[in-house]
Formats: sequence, C-alpha cells, structure tokens
Amino acid sequence: MPIKEQLVSINQEASPFKNKKRSLMNIFMPKFLFICALVSILTTEGIVITLTTETVSFFQKVNIGQFLTGTKWSPLIEPHQFGILPLLFGTLMITLIAILVAVPIGLASAIYLSEYAPDKVRRVVKPILEVLAGIPTIVYGYFAISIITPIIQLIFPSAGVFNALSAGIVVGIMIIPMVSSLSEDAMSAVPRSLRDGAYALGATRFEVALKIVVPAAFSGIVSSAVLAFSRAIGETMIVTLAAGSTPNLTFNPLDSIQTMTAYIVQVSLGDTPHGSLAYGSIFAVGMTLFIITFLLNLLANYIARKYREEY
Amino acid sequence: MSTLIEAKNLNLFYSDFQALKNVNLTIPEKAVTAFIGPSGCGKSTLLRTLNRMNDMIIGTRIEGELTISGTNIYSNEVDVETLRKKVGMVFQQPNPFPKSIYDNIAYGPRLHGIKNKKVLDEIVETSLKAAALWDEVKDHLKRSALSISGGQQQRLCIARALAVNPDILLMDEATSALDPISTLKIEELVQELKDKYTIVMVTHNMHQAARVSNQTVFFLNGEVVEYSETEKLFSNPDDKRTEDYISGRFG
Amino acid sequence: MSIFQDANRKQIAGRRSIDVMLHMLFLLATSVGIIALSVLIIDIIIDGTARLQPELFQNFPSRKADQAGMKSAIVGSIYMLCIMAPVSFIFGVGAAIYLEEYAPKNWLTKLIQINISTLAGVPSIVYGILGLALFVRMFGMGKSLLAGSLTMALLVLPIIIVSAQEAIRAVPRSRRDASFALGATKWQTVARSVLPSSIAGILTGCILAFSRAIGETAPLVMIGALTYVAFLPDGILDSFTVMPIQIYNWLSRPQADFQELAASGIIVLLAVLLLMNISAVFIRNKYSKKI
Repeated sequence: MPIKEQLVSINQEASPFKNKKRSLMNIFMPKFLFICALVSILTTEGIVITLTTETVSFFQKVNIGQFLTGTKWSPLIEPHQFGILPLLFGTLMITLIAILVAVPIGLASAIYLSEYAPDKVRRVVKPILEVLAGIPTIVYGYFAISIITPIIQLIFPSAGVFNALSAGIVVGIMIIPMVSSLSEDAMSAVPRSLRDGAYALGATRFEVALKIVVPAAFSGIVSSAVLAFSRAIGETMIVTLAAGSTPNLTFNPLDSIQTMTAYIVQVSLGDTPHGSLAYGSIFAVGMTLFIITFLLNLLANYIARKYREEY
Repeated sequence: MSTLIEAKNLNLFYSDFQALKNVNLTIPEKAVTAFIGPSGCGKSTLLRTLNRMNDMIIGTRIEGELTISGTNIYSNEVDVETLRKKVGMVFQQPNPFPKSIYDNIAYGPRLHGIKNKKVLDEIVETSLKAAALWDEVKDHLKRSALSISGGQQQRLCIARALAVNPDILLMDEATSALDPISTLKIEELVQELKDKYTIVMVTHNMHQAARVSNQTVFFLNGEVVEYSETEKLFSNPDDKRTEDYISGRFG
Repeated sequence: MSIFQDANRKQIAGRRSIDVMLHMLFLLATSVGIIALSVLIIDIIIDGTARLQPELFQNFPSRKADQAGMKSAIVGSIYMLCIMAPVSFIFGVGAAIYLEEYAPKNWLTKLIQINISTLAGVPSIVYGILGLALFVRMFGMGKSLLAGSLTMALLVLPIIIVSAQEAIRAVPRSRRDASFALGATKWQTVARSVLPSSIAGILTGCILAFSRAIGETAPLVMIGALTYVAFLPDGILDSFTVMPIQIYNWLSRPQADFQELAASGIIVLLAVLLLMNISAVFIRNKYSKKI
C-alpha cells in the first residue's frame, strides 16, 4: 500500500475540519491555573485586611497621635504606654549600622567582582556569597551572641550583653550578598562598549569603575541599597537574640534596645489573650512595619526605573 | 477530497500595519508551489495564514476569504487544531523536541489520541521512511533527537509533520539554515512527496524555487505581483517588477 | 619622542598605584564576607561537634542539657515540609503557568504580577501575623502544624512563582510553535512540551524555596510553634516545633551547655540545608544539557 494510504487508514477523521473532541483538561485547566494566580492577590489582601481591621480596633482604644509620637513603650507593664518611637528608633539604629556595614563592603565586592576579578576567582567567590545569602537568620543570631558581642565587649567595656551594635553589624553582614549581587547585576548591565571607550583613552581600572561604571549603574546600586534597607528593617531573629528586649529611646549603639520585630516576637512568645491591648499592639506595630517596608520597596522600584540610564 | 487552496481578496493586518493586500491566488493540489520575494514582502505571512499560525500574534486581523477544499478556514466552522492536523508545517530552524527520535514522531499522533504502541510504531516507521530518514536512524530511535545533524533534524521535523497525516505541507524557508548537501537531500525529498501532498514553500533562494517548484508566486510589499508556472515566471514574466527581481536588480 | 614626557609618566604612575591600592581594598572588602563565613563555620564546629551524638537525634528536649535532643524539632520540620511543599508547589507553579502561557495582557495580569513582587518583599514576620490571624484564629486551626505549614506555604509562594516563571520563559518559542503546528491545544502544548522542558528549573527553584522555609523562625513563633515540645505531633492539628525554634530555645538559655547544644542543632540544620542545596544544583546540572 502506498505510504499515504497507510497513514489514512490509521488516522480516522469524521469531517474535514471539525472535531468535537474538546478534552475536559483543556476547559478546566485554564480556570484552575487562574485561581492559583489569584491566590497571590488574596494573600496581599489577606495581609492588608488583617492588619487594618485589628489596627483600627486597636486605635479605638489607643490614641494614634500618642502612638506615633510617644516616647515610652510599655504595653505589658502598668502604666500601659503605647508610644512607638523607642521601637522605631531601635529599628532604625540597627538598620543604619547594618547599612554602614553592608553598602560599602557590598559595593566594593561588586566592583571587585565586576571589574577586577579574573574569571576563576569570580567562579569561586560568587557561590560563596550565595551561600552567605542562604544561611538562616537564627544562625546569624548565634554568630552575633557568641562571637561579635564578646568582641565588642572587649573593645567597649561599657557594652552590655545585649547591644545594638552587635546586632547591627551582623544584620549588615547578612545583607552584604544582597547589596553585592544586585549592584553587580546593575554593573554588568552597563555595556562593554562604554568601558572599552574609557580603556582606549588610557584609563586605569579604578577610573573606569568609579567614573564610568558606577555612575552608569547608579540607579541600580541605589535601588539595591534601599532594598537592603527594607530587608534589614524586617529582620527579626538576629535582633531578638542580640539587641535585647528593652524598648529604649537612645542614640548609643552600645545600649540594649528593642526593635519592632523583636517586640512582636516577645509578645507572641507570651500568653496574649485575644482582644487584649497587647494582642492588638502586635497588629499596630506589624502594620507600621508593613507600611515602611512596602514604601521602601516602592521607592527602590521607582529609583531603578526612573533613573535608569538608557544605553 | 480536493485540497485546492484559494485566497479571495485576502487582507491581513497586524494591528495597524497591513501585511497582506488584496491577495487573490489559487494553489493547485499535489504540486509544489513556491513563494518568492524580498524580505518583509509578506510571503511568510501568507504561508502562516494557511495553518492559522498567525492567530497567535495579538492584534492580527483578517479580511476576505481563504478556503481549503471549499471551506473558509477562518470561519467558526473550523477547529484550529484539526486544521493544523491537515496542514502541516516545517520551520526555518529545525526545532525537534528535546525527546527521543521516536517520541518526536509519536508526539503528533499522541496529541490526537493514538495510544496503541503497535500503531505508533507503524506510524513512526512510515513517517521516517517518507522523509527518507528511516535507514539512518532505525537502530537509534530512542536516542535524543538533538544528537543527529542539522540536516537530519530537519528531515525529522518533516517526518514529524507527516506523522499526523496532513494533506498539505508548508515549508517556511526550511533549507536556509542547512548546508548545501542537506538542502539537496530535502529538495529531492520534496520531489518525492509532491505526488501525495500539496506542498507550499517559502524560499528566499530563487534558484531553489526554479529547481523544485511547479508554480511560483512572486510577492512584493504584501501584494501578489504575479503567479504562474515556474518555467514561465522565470523565463518570461509578465510584470516588470518580477523581471527586475529575478534578474537581481533588487532584493 | 615628545609625546611621552616624563611629567606625564609621573602622573600615570600615580594613578597606577592608586589602582593597585584600590584593587587591594576591593579584594579585602570581598573577603570580609568570606572571612565572616569561615569564622562562623569554624566556631560552630568547635562548639557543636562535641554534642553531635545519636542522643541529639533520639531524645526530646529536656531541662537537663545532657539528656536533651531535637527529635521533635527534626520530625516537626519534616512534617511541615511534607504539608507545605505540595501546597506551595501546586499553587506556585500553577500561577506561573497561568502568567506565562494563558494570561492576557490586561490590568488584572499586571495587578497579579505587582502583587507577587510586593509579597516577595514583605518581612517574614508579617506572614506570621497573617497566619496567626487567618489560620490560627479565623479558620480555627489553633497553634497547629497545619496552620504553620500553610503560613510557610504562603511565604514561599512568591519565590516559587518567580523562579517557575523564569524556567518557563526559558523554553524557546520554536518549541511551542512546533507543538501548535502539529495541532496541539494550548494545554497539550503546556503539558507535553513546555513543562517537561522547564521542570528542572522549576524543581531547582522549589528546593531553594523550601530550604529557605526550613530555616525560618519568626513566622512560626507567631503561629505558636512551641519552644518546648517533648512529644511528636499526633495529627496535623497538634502542636509542634521545628529546628530553628528549638535552636532559638536553647540559645535563649544562659547555661553554656545549652549554647553548645544550640551549636550542634545549627550543625544539623545547616547539614539539612546543604543537602537540599546540593540536590538542587545536581538537578540543575543534570537536566540543563537537555535544553
């Protein structure tokens, strides 16, 4: 039998171009997949609704002005005071120390890996930085209390066993990989031709790096710093273990302080009856945290997009 | 069933851009028709209307009629999947799936519900023979399709298209990525296949069109300038633009 | 030659030495991370190896350091993984397939993408708050394994979606074209061509996401994973604990013995994570040639 006829006898068709066999999968799968995608919207809504409802009922009992400007935070001890500034300051102090550690080191690492490092070195160092990024924060917490705090107490005898400096340094170490890899991405997006032009004029590597590449990648670098800032603000375990649990409005990094995140953990570890002020304070502080990190992430995105150089 | 392809006042728009202007054309069955013309003239676009592949581009709009065996393939009467079973396509870059040679060929029949292993075995063998590839791979059917040469991969793609038993085979510059020897093998294959299949090929190589096809269609700027028997088009074209293109004055 | 004056040479030499100095500086900065990592690992090994005995795995936590173990924590982590993984995999990969293959380019799709990138930047403790309000209280699951696992599933969902999207996007268009040209429906093309090609990247992303979840402490503290659990969970609505929380419990005790125990616990945790990451790299390398 000629080839064509053989094939015809195997595949039977009813009518020229119409075939009613629409499988169930083809109809239901797209709908199911759509529902999966909606889960993300539901989650965000869930977070917003949960935080908002409980925060609103909290602020029906506590004056919001006092919350935002008060300098004493003692929700569990009489007299109940709900000024968030100590927690906010604690968070900010840790974050600033962390940024001071992470941005110079992260940026320098990024410059080294992007402009100086030979391929072999890059292939070894990059995975190591990725490993650093994957270490659980509880392990960093251990690092803070068992290594960094003793060192600080050696250098500054006045430092207590809980201090902001130790936690800040370790949070900084934790976010170095983030700053480094995001900055490096921004720098590798700078086209080779820009560098070549400078090298051809006799520039040295640091001149190319600092005068050409970094300015060109600046928006990406700043964006990475803002994202790292946001990440540091949300950090919980390192600060819970190393910074302390005393809300303390202070500018001295050697003092013990409490961050917003550490407070939330502290309350959860205890017995907080549903509906009590302490329970509500979790949501108020959580809402503050969420809004701050959300705005920072928006800012990071905006900077990355608006000031991106067109090559 | 006749597989005559007819285009009547066919216009195609990609959003605002008009890619095909008032195309009127008949493509005879069981013969090789070549579409030639400079880059961007619409020949690939028309080819892809034949199996509605440009449905997948957002903003595509069709006016006019395109019929195969008397049925307008853009009407609601037509299932796109069934249409593509009847109108197969081979692309410019060989694109075998990263599966075994066997699974590549069996992919199409399995899509349309054939599960019996014996039947699939038969289809694989028949298709590979039709594509003149059987002898070269028959002992290696389980090997990855990516392990054979470019020319063999393209013949594999032809076999894969034949496995679903089409009536029409579309070839979109199918040899332009291949070396001359593989190109020749495929041109010979096309001559064998034309007894059973209607073949429409887009080519940027005029000499290939002259070698291989029975009818040639010359496109320019989305219009069909001229179409006729290949011999006539290349030796005695009616339109001056055709003559200019063929003699290399532009293109 | 008048072009190469000595005055110029001095300036060039100056710039060159700055270059060398900065090179060293940048190299030093890069080493900080490596040095910190090494110090950490060495310290953990020094402190923790002594207590890396079988008792660590067989015993429940105890007030006496010599009798304490992390059996309940290890089992709890495994149970949590078993519930969290399928849930986040199905919804995460499902969302990714929808976004890459089916979603029309309209405002709803944009909204979904924005939501996903927002969620990726939310601190993990906020997920804990959500889990507390939603799963523990509103759905009435209590401080249970189920509530904890579902909360962690939500946490890793954005990570899985993003990496699955990337893996699916990496499949070239020509692969889909070939499938459609043979008469496949959209779902057939996705299921028979796109997914098999992208499954390696998807699995790698999932494993990395899961390893992140295993190391998380804060959300589960919010849920109420207890820090002192001397039993194995009976069912999914039972209380539970996980490795990071057990470590945290030991770290908060002042006695040096418990600090050592914590170090051993960290070694176990890191070993598990190392195993997961190695398998992810292994999968990526084994299947990357096929594409």
